[in-house]
Amino acid sequence: MKLSLWTYEGPPHVGAMRIATGMEGLHYVLHAPQGDTYADLLFTMIERRGARPPVTYTTFQAQDLGADTSTLFKDACLAAYERFRPEAMIVGASCTAELIQDDPGGLAEALGLPIPVVALELPSYQRKETWGASETFYQLVRRLAVHRPRSERPSCNLLGPTALGFRHRDDVVEITRLLESMGIAVNVVAPLGARPSDLARLGEAWFNVPLYPEIAETACRWLARELDQPMTTTPPYGAGATREFLAEAAALARVPAAWSEDGLRQPWWAASVDSTYLTGKRVFIFGEGNRAVSAARVAVEEMGFELVGLGCWNREAAREVRACARRHGIEPTVSDDYLEVEAAIAAAGPELILGGQMERHVAKRLGIPCAVISSPFHVQDHPARFSPQMGFEGANVLFDTWIHPLVMGLEEHLLTMFRDDFEFHDAAGPSHLATHGGPQSPADRGADRVSAPAGPAAAGPAAGVGWTADAERELRKVPFFVRAKARRNTEAYAAERGLAAIGVETLYEAKAHHAR
Amino acid sequence: MNRPLTPPAAPGCSDAPILRERGQREVFCGLTSIIWLHRRMQDAFFLVVGSRTCAHLLQSAAGVMIFAEPRFGTAIMEEKDLAGLADANEELDREVARLLARRPDIRRLFLVGSCPSEVIKLDLSRAAERLSVAHAPHVEVLNFSGSGIETTFTEGEDACLAAMVPALPETDETQLLIAGALPDVVEDQALRLFSEMGVDAVRSLPARRAAEAPGVGPNTLVLLAQPFLGATAAALEARGATVLRAPFPFGEEGTTAWLAAAAEALDVSAARFAAATDAPRARARAAVARVSETLRGRSLFLFPDSQLEIPLARFLARECGMVPLEVAAPYIHTSLMAPELALLPAGPVIAEGQDVDLQLDRARAVRPDLTVCGLGLANPLEAEGLATKWAIELVFSPIHLYEQAGDLAELFARPLRRRAILGAKAPEAAS
Repeated sequence: MKLSLWTYEGPPHVGAMRIATGMEGLHYVLHAPQGDTYADLLFTMIERRGARPPVTYTTFQAQDLGADTSTLFKDACLAAYERFRPEAMIVGASCTAELIQDDPGGLAEALGLPIPVVALELPSYQRKETWGASETFYQLVRRLAVHRPRSERPSCNLLGPTALGFRHRDDVVEITRLLESMGIAVNVVAPLGARPSDLARLGEAWFNVPLYPEIAETACRWLARELDQPMTTTPPYGAGATREFLAEAAALARVPAAWSEDGLRQPWWAASVDSTYLTGKRVFIFGEGNRAVSAARVAVEEMGFELVGLGCWNREAAREVRACARRHGIEPTVSDDYLEVEAAIAAAGPELILGGQMERHVAKRLGIPCAVISSPFHVQDHPARFSPQMGFEGANVLFDTWIHPLVMGLEEHLLTMFRDDFEFHDAAGPSHLATHGGPQSPADRGADRVSAPAGPAAAGPAAGVGWTADAERELRKVPFFVRAKARRNTEAYAAERGLAAIGVETLYEAKAHHAR
Repeated sequence: MNRPLTPPAAPGCSDAPILRERGQREVFCGLTSIIWLHRRMQDAFFLVVGSRTCAHLLQSAAGVMIFAEPRFGTAIMEEKDLAGLADANEELDREVARLLARRPDIRRLFLVGSCPSEVIKLDLSRAAERLSVAHAPHVEVLNFSGSGIETTFTEGEDACLAAMVPALPETDETQLLIAGALPDVVEDQALRLFSEMGVDAVRSLPARRAAEAPGVGPNTLVLLAQPFLGATAAALEARGATVLRAPFPFGEEGTTAWLAAAAEALDVSAARFAAATDAPRARARAAVARVSETLRGRSLFLFPDSQLEIPLARFLARECGMVPLEVAAPYIHTSLMAPELALLPAGPVIAEGQDVDLQLDRARAVRPDLTVCGLGLANPLEAEGLATKWAIELVFSPIHLYEQAGDLAELFARPLRRRAILGAKAPEAAS
């Protein structure tokens, strides 16, 4: 048993729902008790979907347990087939149904429906949502994909985008555009928007693109083995990785590695002088593992940030994340316990957090700027506008999104210059943000103490070293957006030297010591 | 005694046939109640013993919007817990000890049963006894089931309150006990109204803090503030209390009848009752009248959700002039609902249970002006051109008593006004 307050991932059958809801002409019959229908609202509310997920829940109750839940399942299966007339069906059990062992696969097969029925074995007490999505997609591909003659023109499949995927809708548009500009056709996008009959055509493509490896890699490996289709290895996230991805695709398609970078502004935006202030900003990255590793590269190589934390919530990607952290000389955080993640963030004292919905809340509590780069995400991170994360336009979006929470370059100096102006005060944050950056509420006023929250985070290296009143006053003169760092550095400096108290001198000695 | 209610002109729905359906239910399970219960009981922690699905449900239903270290959590069962129950009990004891060590402010701990814990027959009542002894006197450990195989949505609150009743102290005091988790602002209004009637011995279940737990006994009169408290009512009756039957305090009329039931039982004079209620009644009528311009003559379809459907249909029909076409509830407690059904004008289909696809077919056939439904159905119905009101807001917002009557009507009027502003033609859905 493990106590969980908030979770990063749902159960594996929610992963299967993400596949079914992304596809068309596929129906999911889920053996589940009343209440499991809550998962519908993830799709209808967060993604504002105008249709119910194509899922039929058997809704068994306590009174059915002594009687016949398997008949209930068969009836639900038949009714769903009659009503929705899908091209194919997936059937499976939620956590409770797994315990009553009705064998949905066998029951559905016995019905002899005239369509492919794929039985899912998703162990709810061992695995989670992302794995469930990957496994479901793999089982569908395995069942439906067959050898087909390759297309005449070079083509590929874009695999991995799902319902409730972070910006999957827009990534597909951007990557399709880039591939087509090189003369590579997109044969099938799946699961998002695909029908079961489209999965049967996967074999026509020359190669596969596992756009989101956490979902598509298992299927792509099977396609490589069984249909002899190679796959790309670099997710096109950031300008550099997109170039590498396009070169890989060109080689697999046997077309010239030539593409247009019209519209790619991110490299110049990062090089322009206003971005100088981004240099060495301390960033903590936490999210889905593949995404976290990709984001680390962009943060360090394309934004000039310093990586002070890296981690993921999906253990399946832990190896890559650990290797990447090692390369950057930092400790990885592999955990699905948000309290542990919060403690790691507080201890690292970043100036920017790149994460998911949970990290957004952690950031709010710690008073640190934050941008969302990964699932899980909330309704405000599913925008109406075109806003991909991948490809060249994705690189532009990353630049805008990541620096938006920060104080602008010139503004940083102006804030310092006017700090003592009577019309100006610390509580005034960056001019373009209403709710970030500056202390807003009494709770936030402690925000310059990065280690404010209780728990392991509070046990910083400086516990016990006190500040003299003079030094506290001097610290208040440091602009608020670097005050947390100044406090932390000074306390660390004092602790290392075993000082009993921090005076004004200590503050400036530490400043000189930490000057980069 | 004041007779505030005119009997309905029409026969009402007392004898209306009930359409009972059995099929896919698009309804939350009882665990969802924890979301408002934990706000109400500030020194309580709700520990669900369940699966990752339970944890995900709570988080999704609550929205990560109330993100804070919450006073609820899930002890997620893993493969090894399913293998041997002895180990599961040990694991549970360990997790509880760890939790209570970290949260010394917790005085009441609820072990909440879920579908998986019920199916593997993990005995949480014995666990609660064991843990109560281990953590006495600082923490009281109780248990109830919020599992979907046994409870729907608001039945979780019923199960929770019913579980608290046996442990309440005994009292012979003549007192009024208001049962049902109300927002503080609403509870304070109720206390004020009764105080003005000269009734000061008023207690609440659940109490905000463990130390304020009410007593119960033969001279306790119970007013149910929520229509879904059947098991709680039965548990209180078993302790000798008298549960008053009345319409529920939604709208001016419902609130007056609810207050009058208590006033009558406690021999409050008609004059005193009028003095306490005349002004807020007038305010409520005026507030509802302003909003009901938008609602009058509009048809209404309520999908089963929170058990509030019948009282709300009564309010919307009688005070706002809406025309209910179908009023469905997850289940209908006939004795508690009798006063409401008597007031609800005849006409609508009264349905119990759900087969969601068939019910959607009926809604599409009659195309109501306003559909009240859960979050899983709302956007899909909007995309089909039907105006909807999400039902979950009704359990999260203060909607009881006089001062909220206008707000309650407004919850239903807003979607209609919004459609009028944006133009009649529904845009095509996009995601």
